[in-house]
Amino acid sequence: MNIPANLKYSKTDEWFDPATHKAGLTDYAQSQLSDIVFVEIMVAVGDTLQVGKQMASVESVKAAAESYAPVNSKVTAVNEGLPDTPELLNSDPYGKGWLVQLEGGDASGLMDAAAYTSYCEERAH
Amino acid sequence: MTYIPHSPRERDAMLATIGVKSLEDLFKDVPGKYRFPTLHLPPALTEMEAAAELGELSLGNENIRTDLVCFLGAGAYNHYIPAAVGHILQRSEFYTAYTPYQPEISQGTLQSIFEYQSLIVALTGMEVSNASHYDGATAVAEAVALANAQFHGRRTKVVLSPAVHPQYRQTLRTYVQDMQLELVGDDPETVNGEQSSFTSPESLIPLIDAETALVVVQYPDFFGRIYDYTQLIEAAHSLGALVCVAANPIALGLLKTPGEMGADIVVGEGQPLGIPLSYGGPYLGFFATRKQFIHKMAGRLVGETIDSRGQRAYVLTLTAREQHIKRERATSNICTNQGLLALAAAVYLSLLGPGGLRQVAELCYSKAHYAAEKISRLPGYSLCFDSPYFHEFSICCPRPVSEINAHLLEHGFLGGYDLGQDYPALKDHMLLAVTEMNTKDEIDALVDVLAEVSHA
Repeated sequence: MNIPANLKYSKTDEWFDPATHKAGLTDYAQSQLSDIVFVEIMVAVGDTLQVGKQMASVESVKAAAESYAPVNSKVTAVNEGLPDTPELLNSDPYGKGWLVQLEGGDASGLMDAAAYTSYCEERAH
Repeated sequence: MTYIPHSPRERDAMLATIGVKSLEDLFKDVPGKYRFPTLHLPPALTEMEAAAELGELSLGNENIRTDLVCFLGAGAYNHYIPAAVGHILQRSEFYTAYTPYQPEISQGTLQSIFEYQSLIVALTGMEVSNASHYDGATAVAEAVALANAQFHGRRTKVVLSPAVHPQYRQTLRTYVQDMQLELVGDDPETVNGEQSSFTSPESLIPLIDAETALVVVQYPDFFGRIYDYTQLIEAAHSLGALVCVAANPIALGLLKTPGEMGADIVVGEGQPLGIPLSYGGPYLGFFATRKQFIHKMAGRLVGETIDSRGQRAYVLTLTAREQHIKRERATSNICTNQGLLALAAAVYLSLLGPGGLRQVAELCYSKAHYAAEKISRLPGYSLCFDSPYFHEFSICCPRPVSEINAHLLEHGFLGGYDLGQDYPALKDHMLLAVTEMNTKDEIDALVDVLAEVSHA
């Protein structure tokens, strides 16, 4: 499992990068979903998001999932090309598979890598 | 033996939760005399007696083939069904209405659905077809569900042509009653002044705006008229709205496809494709769209792939968009298809081929035009519209349609549809359908009876 130390994590399996302000689905989430065939980003630049607001809808060959805002924030960019290449969510979840870029996020309510690692391990049992 | 899975204790707990003392209390709004009516049933019959009685009752039915010559259409059409259609349908491998619950084990069923989808795509000029819906009316409603899902409810208006089948519009209203959607355009009394139903599709353009999710039109329309919707579709697209065309599949064998006009969704009643009239159903709804909307499409979808040995195989695909996985976030809570009747349509289209289908369509067209020209020359009768038409046309009559139809019935004809029922402004207007099944002699006889009725 790839859980980079520089990122913060939500209980609904989103990552948030305090340096770049980008957010996306974690490696754990993509591995649970298996092959992702569809992603739809449901927020637009300028939208104000509260924690828990739905940002994206994701479908894999076996499941459907939603992605939620990890922090209270405003959307400054969305990954426009992602719907045409949803497999990037599987192959590069922390890089080319980013979903949105957010402004004004307070990451203090999120887990660090160590806490998220135990959170994922707990659910594996 | 009746198996009831709930124990008395569980039932008491459920009743206590909702605050009701006994099961009977749930029904107390129904007056006692209706809850336990006396039925006055005759004594039980033996199988032989019951068969005789049911046989007797069935003699009261009038049949299109044997008793009546049919000139009625209005959404259900009398076409020839090659014998092979029924024969293949009744093979035990196919004879179930359902997509199997373990679909991949039934490769033959999946292949037949895949063939059906491919044929519908070719017929409509679209990119993808689902495995079908219940009927044309529900397919129209699913098109609205797709548009609503596509815009996440941000666009709240649907522009509905008044020349879409009245029953489709009624079904649509039922479907959308709990969606935050407004249907506009189809009130023949109030929109755009008088006679809005009867003007060209361009009259819908001013109703389309930035709130419009979908525009719905019919091709040929309910009055039988053929319009090229290209301009309407361009106007809708320029405002970001989608367009659904409800099409007659036989007409598509001859006419420009809605796909060529730029339609986003093409739906329709598949009954003309090898499915008997059966007094109104079960029928078949077809649904086709463009690839970009595939994840918002309701219904099942069969895809072709290769198995672990490299052989061609069929699977249910993109199922994650369906209700059993996506739950309340799915476009629709319906994923049932009309498996058996979709097979009938696939067999029918395969037997005819593009040339045969075109021949059926040309026969319908030519015979309808022969009939319309003869009828419009009768004193008192005239064609209501001067638009091009396919196999159905509206006639202004010298007397109420019900009286004319009563006369026709006495002479063994099932007459046309009374348009005044749905469109008060079209009182004494009859919608007649002519198909390849009607001979020249039958059409000539119809014209004679109509002439007789006009001065009766």
